[in-house]
Amino acid sequence: MTGAGDALLSGKGINKRFGGVQALSDVTFTINHGEIYGLIGPNGAGKTSLFNVLTGIYTQDSGEFAFGGAPLAGLKPHEVAGRGIARTFQNIRLFANLSALENVMIGRHVRTRAGVWGAISRNARTRAEEKAIEKRSYELLDYVGIAPRANDLARHLAYGDQRRLEIARALATDPKLLALDEPAAGMNATETTSLKRLFDDIRHDGTTILLIEHDMKLVMSVCDRVLVLDYGKKIAEGPAAAVQKDPAVIAAYLGGEVTLQRAQA
Amino acid sequence: MEILVDMKKHPAAAWIGLALIAVALAALPFALAAIGTAWVRITNLALLFVLLSLGLNIVVGFAGLLDLGYIAFYAVGAYTYALLASPHFNLHLPFWLILPLGAAVACLFGVLLGAPTLKLRGDYLAIVTLGFGEIVRIFMNNLSQPVNITNGPQGITLIDPFRIGDFNFAKTDVMLGLTFSGPVKYYYLLVLVLLAIIVINLRLQDSRIGRAWEAIREDEIAARAMGLNTRNLKLLAFAMGASFGGVSGGIFAATQGFISPESFVLVESVMVLSMVVLGGMGNIWGVILGALLLSFVPEVLRYTVEPVQRALFGRMLIEPEVIRMLLFGLALVLMMLFRPAGILPSAVRKREFARKAAT
Repeated sequence: MTGAGDALLSGKGINKRFGGVQALSDVTFTINHGEIYGLIGPNGAGKTSLFNVLTGIYTQDSGEFAFGGAPLAGLKPHEVAGRGIARTFQNIRLFANLSALENVMIGRHVRTRAGVWGAISRNARTRAEEKAIEKRSYELLDYVGIAPRANDLARHLAYGDQRRLEIARALATDPKLLALDEPAAGMNATETTSLKRLFDDIRHDGTTILLIEHDMKLVMSVCDRVLVLDYGKKIAEGPAAAVQKDPAVIAAYLGGEVTLQRAQA
Repeated sequence: MEILVDMKKHPAAAWIGLALIAVALAALPFALAAIGTAWVRITNLALLFVLLSLGLNIVVGFAGLLDLGYIAFYAVGAYTYALLASPHFNLHLPFWLILPLGAAVACLFGVLLGAPTLKLRGDYLAIVTLGFGEIVRIFMNNLSQPVNITNGPQGITLIDPFRIGDFNFAKTDVMLGLTFSGPVKYYYLLVLVLLAIIVINLRLQDSRIGRAWEAIREDEIAARAMGLNTRNLKLLAFAMGASFGGVSGGIFAATQGFISPESFVLVESVMVLSMVVLGGMGNIWGVILGALLLSFVPEVLRYTVEPVQRALFGRMLIEPEVIRMLLFGLALVLMMLFRPAGILPSAVRKREFARKAAT
């Protein structure tokens, strides 16, 4: 196991074009082991595009990712998940008509093996595996704090709980890197605070987090380092406090001509 | 599934229930034979359709892939059996060898159909599978030249019945004072195969693979992001469904003794799909019920419509076939209005339809 401070994921010169729009241009960044890494930028800056390229939903036009020392070239989404990157979605994508528990159990798929023969014969190994899947899934529901809702349908869960369920399902794949796409969107202050605690726990338990977020207060209080994108370009990368004071970042967020004081008023 | 839960809560009641069902299933062919031998044959055909529906249920019900050419796999199984156990090539291989072979060949065809269509969904997949079904039938029709493989529209005759040593499924035997005619023997065989396939279905549904299929049906992108290899899982669904079709086809060829491309037309695919949809996609008991209803009701009509009309009006006003299609259409419309998820819907499907109605 590599210690904190070493690179877990790095992207080098990532480019992605959609027709006339350069969604990502020459983005280079490094995420270290054990940190919470923020990805911020105004709407349309390319945050979700970077996510989708990273997780194999799109293929980049050029540039490459290295994850845990090995390149992540041309992998399909399920292979990326297999390598240890799990994600949540900006617009929640749960298996809505399945129970919370079943959702998490599906997350275990990539780390379990039983095939058709196991399913039909129900041999000892398959039964043991099923039991382990269920146990681990309950643990994860408990971990994110929604164990009492285990048997409720995903779509009957409260909004905040659905976000948590998505995180539990992603954690079920035993990720090295957990990529969260706006997990606090639409949450109130109390919910956001408890979510922050969850992030700290996850990091503490050894999973690195990549966080796309609009809630600046959350990003600045929870992230170790931050990457700022604007119009597909990297405009800053570094510790949260430093990035916050970066004139280019302030300009991108508040508009070039406006002074900081007027904007705050 | 309900049976398994019952087992744990009331083991005695469950065992007595199972014993009663077993006795009823065992006695059924004799009761039917008393009404008329034809009814045993009709029951056998109905059981074959139950097998087919359970196979299609894996593709449509579990994995959510609409297949309108399913009968092609039935045809592949039937022709595999017929070609290897008939005077056509003068091959007479034993059934316990060809039946699995038929399943394997059908499975191969399932993968052949599945591989190029993996990216298609819904309507588009339906169109391609429909075409596939027709292609297979047309091949069977025309592969009589230049080399005569399938004997074209004349079909293949004198297909061997199942035989184990001296025990011949087509001959009438007297055992323990009971007369076992050919159809009765096939009935027992079909019931055994059916039980095996029900168990396979139930176990598949409630497994890691079954869950993965459910996830793909619910949200394919999320399923992929969770590490599910959707390509292989869909191919697996096609392959499993196809091999069940192949086994059914082999049994069909042996029971009938004659097959021709006529038996594998599009309407048959539609019929099997209707059984699955009417009964309740994804729910094994619903699918069985749907298949039995759609197999038996037309036969009952065939025997009752004419006498009833003669008794009432003194002559026949409407042909049984017309009434059959009328009732069939009416049943489908009523189902769509009142039970869109099927007569006995699966829990998950019921929720899906409830949500669609609500939004």
